[in-house]
Amino acid sequence: MIRKHGIKLTSATILILVLVAWQVLPTALDVPRFIIPTLSDSVVELKRMWTNEGLLGHILSTALYTVLGFVIGSLLGAVMGYLLGMSKFWEKVLSPYILALQIAPKVAFAPLFIMWFGYNSMPKLLVTVLIVFFPVLVNVLQAMRTVDRDLVNLARAYSLTRLGVFWKIEVPSTVPNLMAGLRIASTLAVIGVTVGELVGGNTGLGYLISYGGGQANAAMVFNAIILLTVIGFLLYVVLERIEERVLHYLPKSQH
Amino acid sequence: MALEFSEVSKSFPTQGEGSLLAVDNVSFRVEEGEFVSVVGPSGCGKSTILSMTAGLYQPTSGEVRVSNELVTGPNAHVGFMLQKDLLLPWRSIIANIEFGLEARGVGREERRARAMKELEHCQLSGFEDHYPYQLSGGMRQRAALARTLAINPEIILLDEPFSALDAQTKLLLQNSFAKTIKEAGKTTLLITHDLSEAVLMSDRILVLSERPGQVIAEIKVDLPHRDQPIKRRVLPEVGEYAAQLFKHLKLEEKAA
Ligand SMILES: Nc1ncnc2c1ncn2[C@@H]1O[C@H](COP(=O)(O)OP(=O)(O)OP(=O)(O)O)[C@@H](O)[C@H]1O
Ligand SMILES: [Mg+2]
Repeated sequence: MIRKHGIKLTSATILILVLVAWQVLPTALDVPRFIIPTLSDSVVELKRMWTNEGLLGHILSTALYTVLGFVIGSLLGAVMGYLLGMSKFWEKVLSPYILALQIAPKVAFAPLFIMWFGYNSMPKLLVTVLIVFFPVLVNVLQAMRTVDRDLVNLARAYSLTRLGVFWKIEVPSTVPNLMAGLRIASTLAVIGVTVGELVGGNTGLGYLISYGGGQANAAMVFNAIILLTVIGFLLYVVLERIEERVLHYLPKSQH
Repeated sequence: MALEFSEVSKSFPTQGEGSLLAVDNVSFRVEEGEFVSVVGPSGCGKSTILSMTAGLYQPTSGEVRVSNELVTGPNAHVGFMLQKDLLLPWRSIIANIEFGLEARGVGREERRARAMKELEHCQLSGFEDHYPYQLSGGMRQRAALARTLAINPEIILLDEPFSALDAQTKLLLQNSFAKTIKEAGKTTLLITHDLSEAVLMSDRILVLSERPGQVIAEIKVDLPHRDQPIKRRVLPEVGEYAAQLFKHLKLEEKAA
């Protein structure tokens, strides 16, 4: 109990220290505000963005595409992972391509998608889906390969059908890995959307970054980065909560 | 008769050409309600015999019959248990016990009722809503036995179910298994490394040779208290039976 309080207290202290440093250091070190704006500069800019730049709309748009891209990408990744996991043949056939695509830098596809689909929300959604897809796919596939053979045999001995084995043994066995994949994917989703918005379009926090950068408005860029981080953080926390509920049957490690 | 192996051989393909003969021309019978143990050196094909009885592998030649039916695949006659309890960690204990009944079209309420009954038999009352990680190793094995009994198999196959347990837990668990199995009147095939366990729990013991496994001896255990290994343990004849097994397995020569 004391330790828990201690952790929270220390954590809050660090936050306050960072904020104070942010406010005091740039002025103290004579760094101009278009290089590093102070905390209060950023707050003032945040208010201006809210009233003049339609900040809320940008936030909502980015959040929407992050979640949408994450959901679509991880759904596709999971489905593909399970399908390949059920077929040794297709897994072997496709694994070199999967590896190649996994290594390819997905964000570099953004300009291509813009050429193909134009300056709308399609490119950023596609980049996000693509970037989310692989960690989920790879985690599920990996887990499908390592499902306990004895559990599968047990299920077979109990006359479960192939589909029964899938739903009652393979899916639950792979959920921990699936959840780990989703957590990684959630942090990547924000990157996907940001790159999509940076490269093209006129909405979203990524757009505000390139817009603010063009105007040498460092405070605007700072604010957009912080808000993007918050979006990614919230998604991660939600997933963590879900994971905790779903995986309640795993023994908690003692601290 | 409950189980019959007639001239069963099993070879596994090895990497490259050729194959590995694991079980060689094994024949034996197990009568209804009988408790038979199989002992033999490591790698002699004991687990393979069990898998063929469960229908997970097909023999390369020969026939396996359970309740006079040719075994051609996994079937409802047998229930098996391994050294690993194989409880599904994401299911509560009661849901684990119900697992085997689900694929057999047993309705939800009857499933629960049958599982609760087995839970009691295996002395796990009060733990139905616990998860496997919350149980001790011995309790988990009892839960696995309850799951095996719940499907009401004609034969129970046990592959070293006690070998991962400490000596005390093992003794208590052997006793509770023996009692439960005797009460249920189940035919049982126990595979074990532990010679005294074989003597304490069985009506009959089959001794297998080194790989490829062949039946080299069959020993009838003529002792009382098959349902209470703890009582059987103190009988002076136990040592003699163990010594016989010892001799058949040529353990002294090997140690020399
Ligand atoms: N699926 C398989 N594929 C190939 N070889 C196998 C397979 N299963 C068993 N074997 C081989 O068959 C032989 C007998 O194996 P088995 O598991 O039946 O031995 P065992 O008597 O149960 O040994 P232990 O006492 O160590 O458990 C071993 O040499 C093993 O390598
Ligand atoms: Mg074995």
